[in-house]
Amino acid sequence: MTKYSLALRFKTLMSSLLLASSMVVAGSVSADDPLKIGFVHVSPIGDAGWTYQHDLGRKAIEEKFGDKIQVKYIESVPEGAEAERVIRDLASSGNKLIFGTSFGFMNPMVKVAKAFPDTYFEHATGYKTEANMGNYNARFYEGRYLSGIVAGSMTKSNTLGYVAAFPIPEVVMGINAYIRGAQSVNPKAEVKVVWINAWFDPGREREATVALIDQGADIITHHTDSTAVVSAAEEKGKYSIGYNSDMSKYGPKYQLTAVTHHWEQFYIDQVQQALDKTWKPTAIWGGVKEGMIGLSALNAAVPKEVADKVEQAKADMIAGKLHPFAGPVLDQDGKERVAAGSNITDEDLSKMDYYVQGVQGKLPK
Amino acid sequence: MDMNTLVLILAATVAAAVPLIFAALGELVVEKSGVLNLGVEGMMVVGAIFAFMAAAETGQLWLAILVGAVAGAGMAAIFGFITLSLMANQVATGLALTIFGIGLSAFIGQGYTSVALDGLKEISIPVLSSLPVVGKLLFSYNILVYLAIIAFVGIWWFLYKSRSGLILRAVGESPSSAHALGYRVIRIRYLAVLFGGAMAGIGGAYLSIAYTPLWAEGMTAGRGWIALALVVFATWRPGRVLIGALLFGGVTIAQFHVQGLGVEIPSQFLSMLPYLATIIVLVLISRDAGVIRLNAPASLGQPWHNELH
Repeated sequence: MTKYSLALRFKTLMSSLLLASSMVVAGSVSADDPLKIGFVHVSPIGDAGWTYQHDLGRKAIEEKFGDKIQVKYIESVPEGAEAERVIRDLASSGNKLIFGTSFGFMNPMVKVAKAFPDTYFEHATGYKTEANMGNYNARFYEGRYLSGIVAGSMTKSNTLGYVAAFPIPEVVMGINAYIRGAQSVNPKAEVKVVWINAWFDPGREREATVALIDQGADIITHHTDSTAVVSAAEEKGKYSIGYNSDMSKYGPKYQLTAVTHHWEQFYIDQVQQALDKTWKPTAIWGGVKEGMIGLSALNAAVPKEVADKVEQAKADMIAGKLHPFAGPVLDQDGKERVAAGSNITDEDLSKMDYYVQGVQGKLPK
Repeated sequence: MDMNTLVLILAATVAAAVPLIFAALGELVVEKSGVLNLGVEGMMVVGAIFAFMAAAETGQLWLAILVGAVAGAGMAAIFGFITLSLMANQVATGLALTIFGIGLSAFIGQGYTSVALDGLKEISIPVLSSLPVVGKLLFSYNILVYLAIIAFVGIWWFLYKSRSGLILRAVGESPSSAHALGYRVIRIRYLAVLFGGAMAGIGGAYLSIAYTPLWAEGMTAGRGWIALALVVFATWRPGRVLIGALLFGGVTIAQFHVQGLGVEIPSQFLSMLPYLATIIVLVLISRDAGVIRLNAPASLGQPWHNELH
């Protein structure tokens, strides 16, 4: 099935043209030929979500660089051995800058990067770099903190619901930042977390949402990739906070806001450097300040004073005056994880394996 | 856990079980006629995308359910032609049908990923829906849930109380005898296969236009396989299929509640639990191998043609 359906997934006529042009013998590449760029995505692009936001970056570089580049993207690539094959295919068909947009592409990409020293690789959300491979990520937790301010202000039951994919640091820090944001305006707020052990499974995302609502949570957010949580909350008449993209189309009445990713500038910078031959492997972790993370327009139901608090917090973050994990940070057991007067280090943050106070239940290990 | 929460869990259980009820009951009829169609997952997912497309384009949800059923039956017709007319191996053909269905639905569904859809709403019956407990438990589902119950009663009656059901079972037990008595084995099997496809298609339609409601590639997520397993573990009895489907739905929903309540069980273990619990319970109720032999259609999976006998 894989080979056949991968071929089908090359959307649009343009990508089939690219496929044909990729058969040009590698030796014939001259200075005037466009820079060939490949994207590897873990899920379909769709109309909203993680991959959709990355694809906005693809559109941004196509618009900016026009004929100077040729971009190809492959959707729904499973993490693991299949990913290595896809990345290797892209590299051997002459793509010189390859982006992999899921955590599980890291090791496959490292392997391929070693075999293609003249090709530039960029991997999202991982932690490994090579001589020709950089990584990039966004400080999602900063957006989570801001959305937590909205949720903490709007909750009536003081119980928030969180549908989460896998218990890895990236997700855990989001949960912790969310409740810290909520408690900054409402110390009574707590959050219930349900793990569904999948990034993209609309059926389970919906079931988890309904379960949280049935248990008294009145605002539901999610760290999963589909729009099912926002639409299930809409159906049940409960507020939601979207993730990745603005999902107000799926929750026109009840989406309060969404934590959104903005990769456009990052992709433009990388392509520019590759064209100028100044590209170097870097580890980029941008947040609200760099514009990589933001909140979508607030729901009209959110009072102005809450909106003002969010704006203030955002301004303080940009000015460096507010860190979501500014000490003291106590974990669930009351143990001090970050001392008063200091901020958590990036290294500790990237290894976060504990819930802070205000999160109910135990973190699965 | 209070009464109210329990009612909500039970109501969510029913909603989660419905696609399995449709697909498994359809497959039960197919297998009772002596045909083994392993393509349930493929027929479901094709039913899901066609129903979603119909709903997105026309806004007519009844039409969408019908389109889902026809699409499922269309997939089943391919299976029927290959296995009943050309007498190919049923296992291989069924597997191929699933793979084909997943690929086909992904291809034609490209433009529909994450399209917003106003899905099938829960019906509210005046007075009854607002009763405490039973109102939520019995009278507040969307129409497909009631249709699943009607399908269950209808299939049970058909198989065990009607003359046509007796003929269908005879075809599944001994096609040659049924043929000798003048029944048209191939035609009866075709009808059973088409019915099974339509039921799988409706199960898929439920997922895409009522349950989530959205289209996502591979959104049936193995439910077709669960339906197949349910038929075997339920020893080909409709009542047990219903119980198995509800059990699976129940454990699926309960795992999220357990997490929300903060019980310390690894979530990965809970994710596995619906499969494990369903298999264990159904193995227990069907552990007598003789019962399985007695209930399994004797000619299940064997090609048959009147010119061969």
